Amino acid sequence: MLTILFDGVAYGMLLFILAVGLAVTMGLMNFINLAHGAFAMVGGYITVLLMQRLDVPFLICLPLAFAGAALLGAVLERTLYRPLYHKPHLDQVLFSIGLVFMAVAAIDYFVGSTQQIVQLPSWLKGRTEIGGGDWILGMGHYRLFIIAVCAALTVVLQYVLAHTRFGSRLRASVDDQRVAAGMGINVNVVFLSTFAFGSGLAGLGGALGAEVLGLDPTFPLKFMIYFLIVVAVGGTSSITGPLLAALLLGIADVAGKYYIPKMGAFIVYSLMIVILIWRPQGLFVRQGGKA
Amino acid sequence: MIDAQKSLLNKSRIKAWEPALWLIAFAVPVLVPSYALIVNEIAIVALFAVSLDLVLGFSGIVSLGHAAFFGLGAYTAALFCKHVNPDPHIGLLVSMGAAAVLGLAASFTVLRGTDLTRLMVTLGVALLLLELANKLDWLTGGTDGIQGLVFSPVLGQFEFDLYGRTAAYYSLAILLVLFFVARRLVNSPFGATLKAIHDNRLRAMAIGIPVNARLISIYTVAAAMAGAAGALFTQTSGFASLDVFEFHRSADLMLMLVVGGTGWLYGGVLGAIVFKLMQDALSAATPQYWTFWLGLFLVVLVLVGRDRMFKPWTWFKRGGA
Repeated sequence: MLTILFDGVAYGMLLFILAVGLAVTMGLMNFINLAHGAFAMVGGYITVLLMQRLDVPFLICLPLAFAGAALLGAVLERTLYRPLYHKPHLDQVLFSIGLVFMAVAAIDYFVGSTQQIVQLPSWLKGRTEIGGGDWILGMGHYRLFIIAVCAALTVVLQYVLAHTRFGSRLRASVDDQRVAAGMGINVNVVFLSTFAFGSGLAGLGGALGAEVLGLDPTFPLKFMIYFLIVVAVGGTSSITGPLLAALLLGIADVAGKYYIPKMGAFIVYSLMIVILIWRPQGLFVRQGGKA
Repeated sequence: MIDAQKSLLNKSRIKAWEPALWLIAFAVPVLVPSYALIVNEIAIVALFAVSLDLVLGFSGIVSLGHAAFFGLGAYTAALFCKHVNPDPHIGLLVSMGAAAVLGLAASFTVLRGTDLTRLMVTLGVALLLLELANKLDWLTGGTDGIQGLVFSPVLGQFEFDLYGRTAAYYSLAILLVLFFVARRLVNSPFGATLKAIHDNRLRAMAIGIPVNARLISIYTVAAAMAGAAGALFTQTSGFASLDVFEFHRSADLMLMLVVGGTGWLYGGVLGAIVFKLMQDALSAATPQYWTFWLGLFLVVLVLVGRDRMFKPWTWFKRGGA
């Protein structure tokens, strides 16, 4: 019972780190980016390949995965994404689906279509159990590690957004691009750095999640719907919305798969549809921002 | 006749090239028998694309889950053949009915919210049905699908053969009928109100168009057409599998429509032809990695812009266009 809750929280935190970049870019640029999962996949593959081929330790791989995905994000933002900000949503959807198809086929070509396995360092293997009987809490060490990393990142993100100059520039740009630009904020630079940072986070999430979610070339397609659920249900105007949505989704998914294995995914999808019909703008929406 | 009336009617008049196009389509299976199978496939996806065009091109609803109706049609046709009656005509009608019911129910989910919400909800409905088809294995055969279906001959005399000639004519005939139903629909006053909603929902509402009722009815009609395409798919291939609900089916469909041009019924047909021939050539050249080239094509298409891409004479003009 508590174990399921714990696993759900770990899963949810992971989803949050994977999807928060998407939430920010979607809120910021009103850009429907279905290719977000591709950045996560890149991060995952950087980790796997570095560890397998060059024997780089796991902890050093994580920042490298972040940097690699962020760099790729920055390059793509500048070259491909920027001309599309003011195109209709249909174009953006098609464009990002095209990117996903390319990423899937390219990884398939270069690495192969088999599922990749991450060799965790020994101090992250194993599990600790607390309590007993019905209320036993079994904590996998790796999941504990994931929760710790993601919680730390969340706090940092919240601090950056709420208390730094960059954060206030970002929030100003989200609320109204034109006014923000008029106040002397270089909106393009804010966009570029946010996109790169969001992609980097996705890369980090992909690296962390390679062991839990499984990593193969169809990763962006398989988890696209989960990222989108987090963003659509959580709303794009704050960090807490996607966080709560991700936790909710993580717990619902793990519990659903455990208790009713036949209908697990079914429940998640129906829940999403019901929520979106009930609150089309997402569950947690801040009033006053520009829609 | 008044000029304005004339110019409005002109649009719905059948152009000289239209019968020619259909004649060529119907002649291909006889002239080049080896193409009969691909003609059949093209006719099915063309019908599917026309159905999405009604929703996307004419009413402006962005949908990533149109495969839901296609899949439901396919499975209904398979189940109907297996358990009730192997007659393809009744099966087709039943499938269209089932898809229309689902479309009616699903239409209420696309009335509210933003493009993102609609994308999510339509995608969600398709995934929901995929899950159902996967998990209700006593009914749908799970991942194996429903195989070995034998349909009775079309019109009581034409057996489905291995070379696909009957299949091609059957699909082409259904496509022709439904295409002209759709054509009549979008050229009617009803179609004009749809275009008004597509251009500006608020203003359409202000001049007294019942926006929601219009969207519900067109979504239902489009769902029935997609269901017919799904039923044709099952009836001409003899099986239904989970593949019919997959995401790539909806995505490919959108690509076809965009290649051919939205808001124009022949756009779907044209896109289906181009897409199927391209897929055929690409997957023959690189069987495993053809999606890469498909993706590249999509990216380039969007970045360059559809109008510029297919009009090479504008490539070297500067700006403005």
